[in-house]
Amino acid sequence: MRDIVETVAGFARTVRAAGVRADLERVRAMLAALDHLDVLDPRDVYWAGRLTLCADPEDLPRYDRCFAAYFSGRTAVPGPRQAPPPVVRSVRVAPPVPDPPSGGDAESGDVRVTSASGAEVLRHRDVSRLGPEERAEINRLIALLAASAEPRRSRRLVPASAGRLDPGRTVREALRRGGEPVVLRRRGPRTRPRRLVLLVDVSGSMTPYADALLRFAHAAVRASGARRVEVFSVGTRLTRLTRELGARDPDAALRAVAAAIPDWSGGTRLGAELKEFLDRFGQRGTARGAVVVIASDGWERGDAALLGEQMARLARLAHRVVWANPHKARPGYAPLTAGMAAALPHLSAFTSGHSLAALEDLARLIGDPGHA
Amino acid sequence: MSRAFPAARLCGVAHSTSPPPRPASPGALAELLEEHAYLCDDGLATACFLALRMGRPLFLEGEAGVGKTELAKTLARVLGAPLIRLQCYEGLDASQALYDWDFPRQILHLRAAEAAGATDAARLEGELYDRRFLLARPLLRALETSPSVLLVDEVDRADDEFEAFLLEVLGDFTISVPELGTIRAETPPVVVVTSNRTREVHDALKRRCLYHWLEHPDFDREVAIIRRRLPDAADRLAGQVARAAATLRAADLLKPPGVAESLDWTEALVALGARDLDPDTAALTLGAVLKYREDRDRGLAALFDGR
Repeated sequence: MRDIVETVAGFARTVRAAGVRADLERVRAMLAALDHLDVLDPRDVYWAGRLTLCADPEDLPRYDRCFAAYFSGRTAVPGPRQAPPPVVRSVRVAPPVPDPPSGGDAESGDVRVTSASGAEVLRHRDVSRLGPEERAEINRLIALLAASAEPRRSRRLVPASAGRLDPGRTVREALRRGGEPVVLRRRGPRTRPRRLVLLVDVSGSMTPYADALLRFAHAAVRASGARRVEVFSVGTRLTRLTRELGARDPDAALRAVAAAIPDWSGGTRLGAELKEFLDRFGQRGTARGAVVVIASDGWERGDAALLGEQMARLARLAHRVVWANPHKARPGYAPLTAGMAAALPHLSAFTSGHSLAALEDLARLIGDPGHA
Repeated sequence: MSRAFPAARLCGVAHSTSPPPRPASPGALAELLEEHAYLCDDGLATACFLALRMGRPLFLEGEAGVGKTELAKTLARVLGAPLIRLQCYEGLDASQALYDWDFPRQILHLRAAEAAGATDAARLEGELYDRRFLLARPLLRALETSPSVLLVDEVDRADDEFEAFLLEVLGDFTISVPELGTIRAETPPVVVVTSNRTREVHDALKRRCLYHWLEHPDFDREVAIIRRRLPDAADRLAGQVARAAATLRAADLLKPPGVAESLDWTEALVALGARDLDPDTAALTLGAVLKYREDRDRGLAALFDGR
């Protein structure tokens, strides 16, 4: 029989390879747990590992698979893997083309002017019609958009100039002055940003925009941290992307996202997806009091009535619901698709999000309800 | 500078003089829990057993109503230890969870000293930050009470800064009070942390705990739980309620019922003197199980339309 430590370390490696965060401290905990249990009883070994190595219900099926594989002596069977992930267009930012050797100052001044107005034009260009270099420039600018939801009053109190009396600080001040409360200190509620939830449609009809919208989501996650911002992709399967978007580099984050989304460029079942989101996450708290942004063109293949019902439910839970439809900016657009028509009565705001300028607008809209 | 203070025993807490039971195996612990009307499966029994043996906090996640809070209460009864509960909510801070200084008493002390003509300022200040002016909130109380069971309920409701406080307390079972020093638990309390997963709890906290995901019980166990908790309920009624609860859980509701709801429902039925769960009695008592109007119609349809 092999050494227990060796066996457990090997098992932990298998579990880690399956995507469970079984770090060294957890492995040590598993060994400590086995000290108190029967190492020869498979059930005890199973529970010792499951209680110490796993940290999330999503870890459990992976753990079960690894346990069965490892302790039956076979090599671990990888889980059902999707077809190779579609590659998100992640163009390396091209170094700016050096200006041709200029003759005089006047000319270089001109170049600056044209590139500035070029950026202004680019701001309003539809992101689906950009060349690789323009796209790289836009991606760089999107990365600077730090969308953050409007503040709410928290229950936590901080020192303030007016408000309720702060006995602790008043007394500490008094102690310094010989027990005489000369200055009254006060405290008032602190404000925190609301939670921001982004649901990004990655179905076929949204493909040209999904990349820009996911980059927008990445910038928001990076700016506020994964606890204040939650990102999901919708299409035919709901996928939580918050963890993948936590990577610092936008391109690396988007590659991780592409690997995580199983239904890239598929169909749309918005109603069913939204229901799944509300059942699994929204109603428990993710959507409560949050600003929820749905980025989709509203092409619902499923039942529009279900979408309407779920939108009503979402509107009751969330603080505000904003819909960004990139097609809205097209001349002559009217929200006539069944899905869009069903959702419209439940929205606080309806915007576009097709260009950099529109995304800037969306970021402002998320942070400030007064902004039209 | 950190002076280690031996934890003072709280006065007035009456403990049984017999030493707390020390179960030899998960099975033995399951039996003890069963004596106190809590039926658990292998996994949960092992989790509790390891929590007791390894002195690690137990982090319980699962749907609402699967018995997370109840487990902590039962553990306290099994161990004959007081249950100290910290209900988390948004905005919970150190002065409500750890300790607070008793400012009015400090002022009184100052005034009394002044009236008595005390002039030694340094000594007076030293007296002000004495243990007797420190109000123990649940976490400090749990460290000072031994043995005890500490229940940190619905930790996901507190904001994430609060998890940092918990880290120190649950990691080393110490609390540092800047003015006083470090207070250390004589014997660490048994800690149960529960979460309903409204948000992801930080991994650093989970890493210090044993993690267990609680499922709804299967049919046989649910019947056994109902029978054990409500001896007045007939076997047949308990079976019908458990089956109905399983149907409702599969019926795509906004809020599927947990074991707590099955128990409430059975209790309601027993109170009405119902012998069977038929459409009429179900309609009358469904409010004990389903708390959304949409669920009510869908639930009744799922229960009785198939017949």
